[in-house]
Amino acid sequence: MAPDVGVLDVVLWGVLPYLMAVILVGGLIWRYRYDQFGWTTRSSQLYESRLLRIASPLFHFGILAVLAGHLFGLVIPMSWTEAVGMSQEFYHFNALFVGGVAGIGTLGGIILLIIRRRTTGPVFMATTKNDKMMYVVLVAAIIFGLWTTLASVFLGGHGHNYRETVSPWFRSLYILQPDIGSMAAAPFSFHLHTLVGMALFVIWPFTRLVHAFTAPLHYIFRPYIVYRSRDRQQGSTPVRRGWSEVGLADRERDRR
Amino acid sequence: MRVMAQMGMVMNLDKCIGCHTCSVTCKQAWTNRAGMEYVWFNNVETRPGQGYPRRYEDQERWKGGWTLNKAGRLKLKAGGKAAKLLGLFASPVQPELKDYYEPWTYDYKMLVEAPLGDDFPVARPKSLITGEDTKITWSANWDDNLGGTTELGHLDPIVEKVRRESNEKIKFDYEQTFMFYLPRICEHCLNPSCMASCPSGAIYKRVEDGIVLVDQDRCRGWRQCVTGCPYKKIYFNHKTGKAEKCTFCYPRIEVGQPTVCSETCVGRLRYLGLFLYDADAVTGAASTENEQDLYEAQMDVILDPEDPRVQAEARKQGIAEDWLEAARRSPVYKLAKVYKVALPLHPEYRTMPMVWYVPPLSPVTDLLKEQGHDAEDAGNLFGAIDALRIPVEYLAELFTAGDTSKIDEVLKKLAAMRSYMRGISMGNDPDDAIPEKVGMSGEELYEMYRLMAIAKYEERYVIPQAHAEQAHDLEEMGCSLDFEDGPGMYEDSPFGEASGTPTPVAIENFYALQARQTSEEPPGAASLRGRVNLLNWDGTGRPSGLFPDPHHPAKSAEAKE
Repeated sequence: MAPDVGVLDVVLWGVLPYLMAVILVGGLIWRYRYDQFGWTTRSSQLYESRLLRIASPLFHFGILAVLAGHLFGLVIPMSWTEAVGMSQEFYHFNALFVGGVAGIGTLGGIILLIIRRRTTGPVFMATTKNDKMMYVVLVAAIIFGLWTTLASVFLGGHGHNYRETVSPWFRSLYILQPDIGSMAAAPFSFHLHTLVGMALFVIWPFTRLVHAFTAPLHYIFRPYIVYRSRDRQQGSTPVRRGWSEVGLADRERDRR
Repeated sequence: MRVMAQMGMVMNLDKCIGCHTCSVTCKQAWTNRAGMEYVWFNNVETRPGQGYPRRYEDQERWKGGWTLNKAGRLKLKAGGKAAKLLGLFASPVQPELKDYYEPWTYDYKMLVEAPLGDDFPVARPKSLITGEDTKITWSANWDDNLGGTTELGHLDPIVEKVRRESNEKIKFDYEQTFMFYLPRICEHCLNPSCMASCPSGAIYKRVEDGIVLVDQDRCRGWRQCVTGCPYKKIYFNHKTGKAEKCTFCYPRIEVGQPTVCSETCVGRLRYLGLFLYDADAVTGAASTENEQDLYEAQMDVILDPEDPRVQAEARKQGIAEDWLEAARRSPVYKLAKVYKVALPLHPEYRTMPMVWYVPPLSPVTDLLKEQGHDAEDAGNLFGAIDALRIPVEYLAELFTAGDTSKIDEVLKKLAAMRSYMRGISMGNDPDDAIPEKVGMSGEELYEMYRLMAIAKYEERYVIPQAHAEQAHDLEEMGCSLDFEDGPGMYEDSPFGEASGTPTPVAIENFYALQARQTSEEPPGAASLRGRVNLLNWDGTGRPSGLFPDPHHPAKSAEAKE
């Protein structure tokens, strides 16, 4: 163990990531197995469409760009981009520019979505505690992420080169030999963003975010008309969710 | 040729009195749930009228159904697959709640719990969405019986179209207005655009009976189907985040019962039965270039159940003999294809709808009557059908993509049936000139009259049962050792009473009933180890174990050992 690696570092960067992965994967499997009915976007477009039509694509396309940026920055080693002649300055400018635009779009989108959620009566009524908690973690992850980007612009020089610290650690996780020293050397802002990011992945399977894992890409390849044989099951089945009685009491129950 | 069976419905609009019984019973059975307050799988619209949701027929706005691309191939009107996926994050043209209506209830509690005061307590309307006080401004049938039509009638997309095309103003004055009711359920189309729009592939058509269903476990709430369906008969459950739709009451159909809307229809205007169709021909037929030829194309897809070639092919596809028999007796096949009086709703959407309508003659007869003519006379009726263009054009926009000649034909058949049968009821000789005018024989016309006017229950509903023997492996089955006196038989489970899998209810009942029928004793005492199965207690005597021993509550259980 390198001398500058403390116990806390081992826990945060050597143990937590694997714990997170177990919860994320296990949670997804559990939910897919036992809660197909709850696996949905829970769209609120029926209540309000005008704001959603601007904010939702802004957020979603933004976050997809952010995801692509993360993959590019974390997965592709610096030596590779240098090998194809991409200078550190060029890479950094690109990352800041594209990442900044995507990040600000994402943040703007989600702020609009939250304002819509808070101010549109029916949408707020349909917001569960689970949703609120998820929004806090999601917004925190976006803000801290944006901070790492912007801080590197405004706080002197080219800022911290995370491709020498965070990225090697990220890749080392997959070969089960976590490079804790590298990550420990990264500045606090990256630590914070990574921790909140991990928190987001931990709650992911248990919130409405799961819909991302069933992005319907197979739609491109399937025929338009779907034939399926009648259920073999006949007769009565146990009462399921979605059959609660009309009224408002059910909303109370959900918000609890 | 790939023969498939399709459960279909025909509604005879002349008989609809607009009582909404079908809507109410359907609602009670299916959508009386949180998240579905605004949903009517079955609704009855007054036409002319905007419908529910408002102006759903305006496909330039709502982009439902199919259209043809430049190459003449079918394409979703709302865009291809890539466009659909790009629009995933905010469905571009999804109706909002205000296009349906904001469901409400009344604060009835106030009526009985209001404090003593000078004023009568009022049950205020409360929104079922927000729970707040609300002002009722629209509903699923706000323009019922032409309510408000003098002001809002021009908003009916069909009225708009007829006006544009005929340069003639449809007046909503009392004397000149025509009116009829249009009950609507899901069309269970042969070429459903909702299904084609579903990114998850959760909407499917059942191979056995053609019923279109949403797999609630696979729906992810992308809500593209709501846009895709031109009839707006897919609804988003805002509580569960899943799409839901009319199920054609498949649990009832499977056991040979009519749908709830049909069963409870006061006017007995609904017919249920099978169509056999060629599944391979559907796409080609739906791609017919001229919209007005779509009706004929749809008729060509439907196969003749009497045709031995069709029967042979159907057998090859595994369609059972009783289903073929039901297809031969099918009232919907007769009305749609033999008598050709039932028409599909909006064939121009290219979805090949399987709920058909006999257009109403009543707008014509009502106007004749109001003008003091004999509305049962063939000559008057034929003349009126030719003269009264507005109702005919309106019906044509609904049922034949604007082709008035087909509506003329159907209405004349109905008119012929009316005056021909009136002659017979009056004791005159049958006037065979009347059926000739519509290209039918007197006998055919009489049979059509039997089916449409007498319409016995068994003739209206010809529903073959689903083949349960295929579901045999899910039947309540006991252990293979559960034969009489076998080691696994009910009373002596090998490891004691509660060991192993639970005894199926049917087996427990069988033994209990057998015991009750063959003994003088009150049942239960011996076989249930001192307890009583109340479900099997028929009131005979007072079996011991029914009540605990009041003196020795602790001992009572042991004493029975």
